Amino acid sequence: MLTYILRRLIQLIPVLFGVTLFVFLLMHLTPGNPAQLMAGEQAPQEVIDRIENRLGLNDPLPVQYVRFLGNVVQLDFGTSMRSNLPVMDEIRYKFFVTIELAIYSTLLSVFIGIIAGIVSAVRQYTFSDIAIMFVALFGLSMPNFWLGLMLMQWFSINLGWFPPTGWGSASQVVLPVITLGTAGAAVIARMTRSSMLEVISQDYIRTARAKGVRERVIIYRHALKNALIPVVTVLGLQFGTLLSGTVLTEQVFAINGMGRYVIDSIMARDFPAVQASIIIISVMFVFVNLIVDISYRFLNKRIDLNG
Amino acid sequence: MNHNKELLKVQHLKQYFPIKGGIFGRTVKHVKAVDDISFTVYEGETVSIVGESGCGKSTTGRAILRLDEPTDGEVKFNGVDLLTMSKSNMRRMRKDMQIIFQDPYASLNPRKTVRQMLNEAMEIQQVVPRSYRNETIAELMETVGLKPNQADRFPHEFSGGQRQRIGIARALSVNPKLIICDEAVSALDVSIQAQILNLLKKFQRELKLTYLFISHDLGVVRHISDRIIVMYLGKIVEIGDKTSIFNNPQHPYTKALLSAIPIPDAEKRKERIILRGDVPSPIDPPVGCRFHTRCPFVTDKCREEEPELVNDDHMKSGHQAACHYTVAIDSGEHQPTRELANVRQNT
Amino acid sequence: MGSENNILRVNNLQTSFFIDGGHEIKAVDGVTFDVPEGKTLGIVGESGSGKSITALSILKLIDSPGKIKGGEINLKGENLVDKTEKAMRKIRGNTISMIFQEPMTSLNPTYTVGQQIRESYKIHQGLGKRESTEKVIEMLKLVGIPSPEKRINQYPFELSGGMRQRVMIAMALACNPELLIADEPTTALDVTIQAQILELIKELQDELGMSVIMITHDLGVVAETCDFVAVMYCGKVVEYAEVKTLFKNPRHPYTVGLLKSLPRSDIDQLELIPIKGTVPSPDNMPEGCSFAPRCPFATELCHDHLPDLLEIGDGEQIRCWIYTDDWDGDPEVKVYEP
Repeated sequence: MLTYILRRLIQLIPVLFGVTLFVFLLMHLTPGNPAQLMAGEQAPQEVIDRIENRLGLNDPLPVQYVRFLGNVVQLDFGTSMRSNLPVMDEIRYKFFVTIELAIYSTLLSVFIGIIAGIVSAVRQYTFSDIAIMFVALFGLSMPNFWLGLMLMQWFSINLGWFPPTGWGSASQVVLPVITLGTAGAAVIARMTRSSMLEVISQDYIRTARAKGVRERVIIYRHALKNALIPVVTVLGLQFGTLLSGTVLTEQVFAINGMGRYVIDSIMARDFPAVQASIIIISVMFVFVNLIVDISYRFLNKRIDLNG
Repeated sequence: MNHNKELLKVQHLKQYFPIKGGIFGRTVKHVKAVDDISFTVYEGETVSIVGESGCGKSTTGRAILRLDEPTDGEVKFNGVDLLTMSKSNMRRMRKDMQIIFQDPYASLNPRKTVRQMLNEAMEIQQVVPRSYRNETIAELMETVGLKPNQADRFPHEFSGGQRQRIGIARALSVNPKLIICDEAVSALDVSIQAQILNLLKKFQRELKLTYLFISHDLGVVRHISDRIIVMYLGKIVEIGDKTSIFNNPQHPYTKALLSAIPIPDAEKRKERIILRGDVPSPIDPPVGCRFHTRCPFVTDKCREEEPELVNDDHMKSGHQAACHYTVAIDSGEHQPTRELANVRQNT
Repeated sequence: MGSENNILRVNNLQTSFFIDGGHEIKAVDGVTFDVPEGKTLGIVGESGSGKSITALSILKLIDSPGKIKGGEINLKGENLVDKTEKAMRKIRGNTISMIFQEPMTSLNPTYTVGQQIRESYKIHQGLGKRESTEKVIEMLKLVGIPSPEKRINQYPFELSGGMRQRVMIAMALACNPELLIADEPTTALDVTIQAQILELIKELQDELGMSVIMITHDLGVVAETCDFVAVMYCGKVVEYAEVKTLFKNPRHPYTVGLLKSLPRSDIDQLELIPIKGTVPSPDNMPEGCSFAPRCPFATELCHDHLPDLLEIGDGEQIRCWIYTDDWDGDPEVKVYEP
């Protein structure tokens, strides 16, 4: 197991190099001179020169990249062009807001998805199965910004149960988390159902029945652990969708998170902020997938742990 | 049989499969599936390779046809070396060498009718002129015991036995010289299995076919073979004609294998040698004689020195066994070295 | 056979599968046999003969859309067909145990060997982890697994096929069952391992005094391990006899056909005589004897009317018109000539 984790960590190195290189080049390949951008349209040439010197924009590209990399490793992404504050200081708070949103939504997806999937599989072709799968299809095909707007319309504006915007208090959390978690719940429900149906027909389930094990125990002890193996894989993929989903959800509910920050930064061509956001989100995505892969290995004992 | 000409000559064939591992995913070990085997198949005969799972019998068949590229060795077909041949030449050579697999369903394209499949085989190998093909297909279908009008059906419309007949028809459609039957009748029920075995024998007589018959079923092997190769963990442990192998087995493994087969005769119960333990892994096969971990006659010599295939005076010519003690065991001079609890008299 | 004590009597068992909205497939259609106490009954037949469904029916492990339609399964005087699911759970793994064909897939891949055997003790004897662990080790020792203290914590994928089948046997025998149903227990194993497992079942049977139903397609396994044998074809028993009688003097044309088409490893045969044709598909069963379309002796009577399973003396039972007074074919017909 340790060898496996080590190998996976080593495999991350080229991935992270790729991300940083891409982000670095982004700045240099976009049309326009960054120094010009920072100084503003009307700035005199000498101001631009000063900025170029300060940022080392006249050095050869590889030198700039190495310097950039050195800064990234120390979590120094430079200062925001809009606020002139260190980007890291701006992001820190927003990052945790988004992480919170993502985690709550994932928990909701997993909780609802797995329970719905099990019920559906155990009662295959009954009314509850058909109803659950219909709702799941609905949840899957609905764009989340639209769902967000609808929820806001009904529950905040019409019924007044939850505040329409913001983040922090428990009541503010409910609508954004439902908005973001629904699609995931639908995917997980469908995956759990099909995986569960496959597992239930396996020989070892028949063995358990022949031992005199009760049906409930068969479902929750013998079948579920095996059925979750493919679900975990989906969970990893789902997390990517979730991260992009936060951008829209934060926009809809006016939440001050990474998603909104990225959009605003792109609009303002605030390169250091965009770079920092992309790198942080990518690193997060890569590590979540690593965790998913490791837990997959943990669940699936059949895989040779060295291989 | 040995007066006939050599059709297939396999020499020092090795097939190692790499195992990746460690932090950098390098090749750390090899599965030595086939480890230096040599044998010859003469025209018109049936040679069987028998052995238990993991002995390398199927790997041998695949390596001969280069379905997996062998690691080392020489395979000569009609005097031509197959392993040095270019891929396109090899494809042309396959016209003379067909293979029939255990699971006929998996080896037939589910979206093609039998006619399309047979047409395709003949097209690739350019053996039958186009205008004759429908006639040939009808003939082929009848030869394998199917109706010509069934040629327009899809594989799923046939039963297991019928699919195996289609597999045979496809193999025969290109007029091959050699057919490798890889567990070709193993998945079939006995009543159907007998039909297919009789069919294979009939074709051999009529078309002068040569078979390399790979099977774990010694009943089938006894029925169909002229000569038999017994494999264990990637090595040939015994080779000889059918009667010598069945009536005068020399290698302790062959003896145990033969005695382990249940006989469908309730009164003729026999002495059985029940081997202990499992077949070791081909990743790190035992040094010396590979059978020494389970052999009742094991000595220190077996643990160190690898025996070679030899023919001793008390064996018929062409019969060879790879055991240090064939002579001594035969004369009763070398007795079992492990306690005899695992040799049981059945009553 | 009436004089012997039978642990299990199956009488006219019918199990059907209802597919596509009520279309019935009769997988087991009127199966009758006895299992004498302490003996081994072989149920032999080719694929589709209904032998495995018969076994699963005994434990009432038939899943929807399958259903036991009728008949009796008499375990020491109690009819299992009438039992509730809850009552059946007390019998499964306790009075009657079962082992299956595929040792590779019949054990749960996510639990250790120990956890899986321990479960039987927990269900049927209410034993906790500490008490049962000792018993599990004892069981593993009994089935010939080396260093059981280590194996107990291993996962099924860490064991060879033969070892897994031993674990299955240990699990089945944990609660000392009176009847063991072995469904093709060695079909997936190599011959030398098959010999080990068959030997083990025989030894354990002597030691524990249980009865065994051995389900197999291999007549060799029947001859080696069974005392009685029921030959099944298309969901019906066509011949029931003592093993020695069956091999010495097989009577049903299907049994004879099987023996003649079997390539043997112990003698040279000039030719195999296959049974012509194929097994009829279950939704197109002949009206009369289901073997009639393939039988070399079949007459009109056979094609039109189904014969009963009749006792013909010595506890032997045959389902064939040839052995009845109604036979309208050649009166001198010899089904089997040794």
